[in-house]
Amino acid sequence: MTDTFIIVGAGQAGGQAAATLRSKGFEGRIVLIGEENYVPYERPPLSKAFLAGELPVEKTFLKKPDFYDNKNIELRLGRRVVAIDRQARTVNLDNGESIGYDKLLLATGSRVRKLTVPGAELSGIHYLRDIADVEGIRAAMKPGARLAIVGAGYIGLEVAAVARKLGHEVTVVEALDRVMARVVAPQVSAFYEKVHREAGVDLRLGTGLTAFEGDGRFEQLRLTDGSAVPGDLAVVGIGIVPNVELAQEIGLKVDNGIVVDEYGRTEDPDIFAAGDVTNHPNAILGRNIRLESVQNAMSQAMAAALAMLGHLEAYNEVPWFWSDQYDLKLQIAGLWEPDDEIVVRGDMESRKFSVVYLRDGAIAAINVINNMRDFLPAKKLIEAKSKVDPARLADPEVPLKEFLTT
Amino acid sequence: MAKLIVTTREGETSEVEGERGISVMEILRDNDFEVAAICGGCCSCATCHVYVDEEWMDKLPAREEDERELLEELESFKDNSRLSCQIEFTDDLDGLQVTIAPDE
Repeated sequence: MTDTFIIVGAGQAGGQAAATLRSKGFEGRIVLIGEENYVPYERPPLSKAFLAGELPVEKTFLKKPDFYDNKNIELRLGRRVVAIDRQARTVNLDNGESIGYDKLLLATGSRVRKLTVPGAELSGIHYLRDIADVEGIRAAMKPGARLAIVGAGYIGLEVAAVARKLGHEVTVVEALDRVMARVVAPQVSAFYEKVHREAGVDLRLGTGLTAFEGDGRFEQLRLTDGSAVPGDLAVVGIGIVPNVELAQEIGLKVDNGIVVDEYGRTEDPDIFAAGDVTNHPNAILGRNIRLESVQNAMSQAMAAALAMLGHLEAYNEVPWFWSDQYDLKLQIAGLWEPDDEIVVRGDMESRKFSVVYLRDGAIAAINVINNMRDFLPAKKLIEAKSKVDPARLADPEVPLKEFLTT
Repeated sequence: MAKLIVTTREGETSEVEGERGISVMEILRDNDFEVAAICGGCCSCATCHVYVDEEWMDKLPAREEDERELLEELESFKDNSRLSCQIEFTDDLDGLQVTIAPDE
């Protein structure tokens, strides 16, 4: 009898894991279960080119739909796992089907954090996580529609940029006193705030939301300063929460995500996890982290798939992210901390520069804005943790790779 | 359908049908070649790096700034390096030969 590997979650991690299992020679049965009705697809374009209507849905697919048939990967789309039995080693679906597994990968991802303020149940309030969400937003973005966006993180700002390019009036409300406050230094926030304001976004910082108001349907935001922001649709981007419930129900260790080791293994030798949902060690950072990123979903899924096959290759990478807003391509490597020393390479006014974050004299993170040449060397420098001279680092004419050899 | 000729990191060469209008990276990915293509083709990660057969270099559109800046920082960079996500496959490229570059 051949082994059955079940993957719960058909997002980027689940899809990548299935592909890796096959490409590494696994010949057993693979069942990939996902709640959405789509084959695994890439989420990053959803708030960018896909929202802008520049990308057909098929172009977001991780693999062409016939890939799964060709590779004999059984898809269970539009299906939810309702229970897992670790003793019997079975997975039960919402249609009554029960499938036995030899190895199980939990790639359950994350879901949007929802607001619970008064009026949160009104129609016309959108969140952005999947294809259906974006289709809903696009349908509501009729010519002239005004957007009231809650949250100035990646999602809120990317939606704002797309909407301004399409000519919509946009207001962004953020409870913190700066944009992207979780991920970049104040200098970079200030740069992006200026960019958005120059593009015509009405940016309200340090202002919380007290209610959505409207008669059955969203009409305006009510803010903590008492003012109102009228809009034809609201888009909320205030973060995501990991889908840990299944793991919790079966008694796996959960602590801000499903706890796994560097190979994606849980404490159950037959159960693995990968993607947004995991809390995993990162030797470069020297601590455990949970990451909400494509780099993590893809790379950790590859490591977990290998571990399912008994090949242990540690997943240990510098985390990286990107965000497209207007003509600006922001790439981030490493994780910023408030006490980091900031070195700017290049002229911010030129819209092509890097911001380097130094910790204990070494590069800990970087924000690259339209300045791709610094990106790959910075990732290596973050990994190497070698000390750098801040004065020399501040000279954009000195290539970053020169610091690798010193 | 036009042909794309691919040499893997192990040195094995094979021929695949390439769909017009999609990128060489997508063709490689759909055919299960080992390109990670983490960023999905938005020129962010350099994990779809290939070497293009010299005689084809002139037939390809020039590298944009992002692609050039990413490529030039790779240890495995050569004059015929390209990010395969930035090459749209067309009928004109029937017979294009690429070699998948080392992973780094």
